[in-house]
Amino acid sequence: MMSEKPESTSAEQMDPSLIRGLTMPRMSRRGFLGLAGAGLLGAVAAACGSSSSSSSSGKFSWSTAKKTGQLDFANWPLYIDQETVNGKTVYPTLQQFTKETGIKVNYQEVIQGNTSFFGKIEPNLKAGKPTGYDLMVISNGPILNSLMLYNWLTPLDHSYLPNFAKYAGASYKDPTYDPGNKYTAAWQSGFTGIAYNPKLTDGPITSLASLFDPKYAGKVGMLNAEDTPNLVMLYLGIDPNTATEADWKKAAAAMTKQKNEGIVRKYYQQNYINALENGDVAISIAYSGDIFQANQSSKGSDLKFVVPTEGVYRWTDNMCIPANSLHPVDAITYMNYVYNPRVAATMAEYINYMTPVPASKQYVIQDADATSGSNKAGLLAIADSPLVYPDAADFAHAYYGRNLSPSEYATWNSIFQPIYQA
Amino acid sequence: MTITAETPISGEVQPPKLHPAVRRRRIKQRFTIVGLLVPGGAWLALFFIAPIATLVILSLSTGNVGLGWHLTYTWSNFSQSITSYGPEFLHSFEFGTAATIVALLVSYPAAYWIAFYGGQRKTSYLLVILLPFYVSQLIRTISWQFILADQGIFLTPLKAIHLLPQNFHILATPWAVIGGLTYAQVPYMLLPIFAALERIDRSYVEAAKDLYASKWEAVRRVVLPLSTPGIFAGVLLVFISAVGDYVNEVILGGTGTGVIGNVINSQFFVNMNYPFAAALSLVLMVALLILVIIYSRALGTEDLMGGGTY
Repeated sequence: MMSEKPESTSAEQMDPSLIRGLTMPRMSRRGFLGLAGAGLLGAVAAACGSSSSSSSSGKFSWSTAKKTGQLDFANWPLYIDQETVNGKTVYPTLQQFTKETGIKVNYQEVIQGNTSFFGKIEPNLKAGKPTGYDLMVISNGPILNSLMLYNWLTPLDHSYLPNFAKYAGASYKDPTYDPGNKYTAAWQSGFTGIAYNPKLTDGPITSLASLFDPKYAGKVGMLNAEDTPNLVMLYLGIDPNTATEADWKKAAAAMTKQKNEGIVRKYYQQNYINALENGDVAISIAYSGDIFQANQSSKGSDLKFVVPTEGVYRWTDNMCIPANSLHPVDAITYMNYVYNPRVAATMAEYINYMTPVPASKQYVIQDADATSGSNKAGLLAIADSPLVYPDAADFAHAYYGRNLSPSEYATWNSIFQPIYQA
Repeated sequence: MTITAETPISGEVQPPKLHPAVRRRRIKQRFTIVGLLVPGGAWLALFFIAPIATLVILSLSTGNVGLGWHLTYTWSNFSQSITSYGPEFLHSFEFGTAATIVALLVSYPAAYWIAFYGGQRKTSYLLVILLPFYVSQLIRTISWQFILADQGIFLTPLKAIHLLPQNFHILATPWAVIGGLTYAQVPYMLLPIFAALERIDRSYVEAAKDLYASKWEAVRRVVLPLSTPGIFAGVLLVFISAVGDYVNEVILGGTGTGVIGNVINSQFFVNMNYPFAAALSLVLMVALLILVIIYSRALGTEDLMGGGTY
């Protein structure tokens, strides 16, 4: 079973390209501080401008779609392999893709949050117009659900995806949120568990119960995100994937009690890593990748990430093709391309989240063998990391959240948000 | 007695018959005035009235993002705003008021000193005050998070010499939020006050002194009253933006410091419950408007209430 992240390798031992990526001021990718004052007006205008619902998909057919040689790809910042060549940022796997297929990729790091990005493309989707993107990376959750529910995604034709069939890990096929991978193929996946600062705790933390331990009153960080109630349900022995409204209320009661007892320092929207490093909190709910990177990028940082004994909350970011895409064949060709284990290995070496292609591990080891010294140690650390290549037992221990309909999501929010926000 | 349209009302002065040329000129003037009002009026209509109308319609609608919003005259969003998020509204106004008062107490003496004793270096002093504001507010607020951290550079030494107990913390308290708000708002208070003080004719102060006013009395009875337009404007600027601010709370606050700005933000961008977010925004706006009207009536200068000059 997976316990903690591998011993942190010192920065000098890491692959230089890895360090370049890791030491960038990477914003907490899962965090969101919606400072989109300008977006607000747009959202209102969008909301009002289109009071009629429409979904114009259905006209589309894979049999008539043709390759165009162009791909507009929307992704999150620093979420793909990249290098700096002559002062310019280049993406090796994208360049390789263009070389192999002749498809030019217009790669844009425009997604800062699922909801804010959805807000940008929603007016066009509603109007039945192209969004300007052929491929986008969206986390499993309410936004992805809405996109599927309103036919705002192009269903995939799996005859284009032989690599997916052959190389996708078992836990990435037929996920609960998208049965049969009708619309999505995983980009990367990650765990939400707990992290702690060993200088501030009495020995190792292993259980979610520590988040509720009065011993750490005022030193516990929780997230202002749906990860929190899902982990609390795991603490209460409830499977979040089958939880009912009554279960949600039990979780809410536990959270309210925890809050009223003064145990929670804060419901972090972001920056919980700083809080852990600065000693503001001793224990916090945390994303696996954030802790891995925090330890690599800041010297002296020795935070521990733990998969709690009660289980861990899992999320997956997914590639999907928005409805009315202008270059769907190019998009699905790329989807197939990233499931090539050689390509997935290059990406995993940079991204450090969980890759959906377990077979890429041998190429990471191969790359490690091809180099020596510090590069080798860095690459081996990735190949050995249970956070990049978890085994079947780890996955058996991981739980997705339940697929919520818009009305269920409203109920969910009305139960949990007053707790995070007050 | 009935008054018909033709009956001249007693006492009313009949307008004198105008020479045609004069009348033409008057009409022309009227057109000029209308013409001058068009750009501003259009601006207002486009960027103020239209969004507000949109917000009102949205707040009374039901539906969801996928199906669209339909005007159903549902008022429950408004009642829910108050019942579910009363404490957050209250926090916003408490923090906003506290930050405004502190910012005023800090800014007035500083502005006074610069205006009266700044001499040739006035602009340099103002620049020094404004300099930090060339850096994004977000970054400055996050810096405070580092400075005030429980084991940060400020608290660690004080705890080491046992001036403060080990579990003492500033972050995640209302004081941190008020401090952050004040810090962010000081220039908006200082600049209008400085402008008002700068305009005061120095001979008034001399005259007060000639009439045996002490220095303090001259300030209290001459300078302070003459600078009220600046104070009034500064307080309005600071109070309104401090009440709506949520960045400081998100970064510096903790449990029990939630503010309404953040609730509105997450209703828009997390829940996509646009009607509820619109209702919350309107409630906030109306509450602010009422307070501002009361404030103007009580303390406002004629200047801002549409009166004459000062």
